Amino acid sequence: MSTVLDLKGVEVCYGRVEALRGLDLTVGEREIVALLGNNGAGKSTTVSTISGVVRSRAGSITAFGDDITSATPWSIVERGILHVPEGRRIFSRLTVHENLQLGGYTVRDNAVIDKRINEVYELFPRMAERRGQQGGTLSGGEQQMLAIGRAMVAGPRLIMLDEPSMGLAPLVVAQVMEAIVAINQAGASVLLIEQNARAALKVAHRGYVLDSGRVTVTGPADELRADPQVVEAYLGA
Amino acid sequence: MDHLIQLILDGLFVGSFYALVALGYSMVYGIIKLLNFAHGDIYMLGAFAGFTVLSVGAGALGGGFLALIVIMALAMVGTGAFGVVLERVAYRPLRNAPRLSVLITAVGASFALEYGIAVTFGPNPQVYPIGVSGGALGIAGARITYAQLAMMAIAVVLMVALDALVRKTRAGRAMRAISLDPKACLLMGVNVDRVISRTFFLGSALAGAAGVMAGAYYGKIDFLMGFVIGLKAFTAAVIGGIGNLRGAVLGAIVLGLLESFGVAFLGSQWRDVFAFGFLILFLTVRPTGLLGERVTERV
Repeated sequence: MSTVLDLKGVEVCYGRVEALRGLDLTVGEREIVALLGNNGAGKSTTVSTISGVVRSRAGSITAFGDDITSATPWSIVERGILHVPEGRRIFSRLTVHENLQLGGYTVRDNAVIDKRINEVYELFPRMAERRGQQGGTLSGGEQQMLAIGRAMVAGPRLIMLDEPSMGLAPLVVAQVMEAIVAINQAGASVLLIEQNARAALKVAHRGYVLDSGRVTVTGPADELRADPQVVEAYLGA
Repeated sequence: MDHLIQLILDGLFVGSFYALVALGYSMVYGIIKLLNFAHGDIYMLGAFAGFTVLSVGAGALGGGFLALIVIMALAMVGTGAFGVVLERVAYRPLRNAPRLSVLITAVGASFALEYGIAVTFGPNPQVYPIGVSGGALGIAGARITYAQLAMMAIAVVLMVALDALVRKTRAGRAMRAISLDPKACLLMGVNVDRVISRTFFLGSALAGAAGVMAGAYYGKIDFLMGFVIGLKAFTAAVIGGIGNLRGAVLGAIVLGLLESFGVAFLGSQWRDVFAFGFLILFLTVRPTGLLGERVTERV
């Protein structure tokens, strides 16, 4: 399996606070990798650094063979690396359809955008029903579907989801996880950030546990599920 | 009755070029939440750009309607480009600075433009070499010149084009999205800096067009002409709901009509008192404007 994303010794600081202290992480082709850890462990910082919104102080990030350590956020999206942010960040006063169209901003061909939007509508029929509604009027679960759909329109090769299950009812969490698996089966690699370790390890192939900006445990998902340290800290007894 | 129609026509004319300036004001506020106090001076710059073109190429252009179109187009390109430079030099380096810093920079840019023009063209008013005299249309006793009608038509065309661009196109969608959440736009692959540059181009070009209209209508221009119009455009944008483009146009027309009637009943010395009285009234009674929606601050 070839590596699509490779972080080596990435360090990030917010002023004097060190958020990442030499992070090493890889994502393989068509792999779902879970990134677990408590609040403040550096999970969100990791994806924001990959997507170019936050700058690293040291280390390197390689994606699909190119060094993207200091690439602009839009050039990273153009490479098919999509970041579905924490809190969804739906454009509240744009309609569902316009939100999806904006997801295809880097795609120049309107026919491709329309085709992908239809695929999103097939995956999430609720979005098709609400296409003319403003994004801000959707429920939390619907907003999460829209946020994932918006990334799908860009044609992701690697999709990074930051806490997609946050604040959602268990039934909706299951739907979102199903969608993630579907996107993965369609060919995209996935980096999944979750506090809900149980849900994440159910769909992931591999996982990393982050603590204070460093990887403390890593391995295949089944091993992590059995790891006493992980069980105690993140899965409950 | 004749008098009434005349007042309405005058109000609509003045309102139409207030609208062009207010649109730029509102667009820039919408996208980077900056009250661009230099915006009125871009309008002044448009008037001077038109003046320069006329002085240099008056013979070649003649004085007709076509000349006015050419001059407006050139002034629009000039002011549009200037707006892009202004944003790049003065505002972009402060993108993450507190809003007050950017606001003070905008006031500084305003002074720099005003006195830069005063030094270049001299402090005295210049007579605009093209006017709106000539043939006029009589409507039930009221009178409006063909040149005025033409300029209003141009203003309407520009506004309709802008509205279509913002509502229907990819670039317009990006502008609306940036006004809602610029960080999320980065994650959609939007080159936010480039969209902001384009917004400044469009807003400044519209102000430039208004500057030429004002020069032709009032017959003379000076380096401080943008100061009051900047405040009027701000008033129009507030009346309509700042950040809302259709609101800016509506606010400008309302303001134009209010002024026209206010001047008729109270005398022209009351024009600005009347306009800014309405600004205060709106800020007190309905700060979100006629079309603005209540916006809750996100935490």
